[in-house]
Amino acid sequence: MIFAPGTRVRVKDDWPETRGPVHLRTPHYLRGMQGTVMRQLGTYPNPEDLAFARPAANRALYHVEFDQPAVWQEGRRGDELLVEIYEQWLEPV
Amino acid sequence: MDTKILETDGETLLTAVRELLAAKGLVTNAEISERIAITDAANPGQGARMVAKAWTDASYRALMLSDGTKAAEELGIPMRGAPPLGVLENTAELHHLVVCTLCSCYPRAVLGYPPFWFKSAAYRARAVRDPRGTIAEWGTVLPDGVKVRVVDSTADYRWMVLPLRPAGTETWSEDQLASIVREGDMIGVTVPVAGV
Repeated sequence: MIFAPGTRVRVKDDWPETRGPVHLRTPHYLRGMQGTVMRQLGTYPNPEDLAFARPAANRALYHVEFDQPAVWQEGRRGDELLVEIYEQWLEPV
Repeated sequence: MDTKILETDGETLLTAVRELLAAKGLVTNAEISERIAITDAANPGQGARMVAKAWTDASYRALMLSDGTKAAEELGIPMRGAPPLGVLENTAELHHLVVCTLCSCYPRAVLGYPPFWFKSAAYRARAVRDPRGTIAEWGTVLPDGVKVRVVDSTADYRWMVLPLRPAGTETWSEDQLASIVREGDMIGVTVPVAGV
């Protein structure tokens, strides 16, 4: 799935670490959170496979912006988080 | 005593891995030595040179913001094999703070080894949750109306901050400017000031 800049997305509320050994680049604190795609940062071999020396398909990496106080329920209104998230972790809102 | 034993084990392991890599023809000892030399030579002075040039040369600034890797290479900084470098531009309305909450991703090619606190659990946990309180530990208080954008470096890019050029440096040379840009300014925990 391709996400254009400005698209509202949700980070999947998924916890693969509860199902077995994994290597993930999606921080816990963003699972289930909504954000906005800023831009695509290119495609890279999927680190979730690379870490286990499995064949790793190229996956799109997005820079996604989140409302910082909404994520943490504290902080200054207007502050932001900008995080690299792989396409397989994003779903349209 | 324990440390000594661990060092010895580490050295033995390193030698074994190096020899194995060479025997399998994957990488030569000379290539490993070259890589270690490049890593050891990287330091915040490299990033500072980029910042100073961006402050004095509009076309370099544009290049740096669009392609940090190319901008570093233009100043002779070796980027081969390094992850892509992204540059975050601070403005009068926006301040960037870089953290890697998952581990210790850091733009080593242009800033060298990360400071010890960058890898600490305390910095990694707090920077995303309480960025203003975190940078206040360095005495950094942003003017009213400046938004904070925390950049959590989670994947394949590495990020450095292009800070604001401080007032009072209008007549300074590029070398003078580079001399006041510190490691923390390019992570976002501090901001450059004239006369440091």
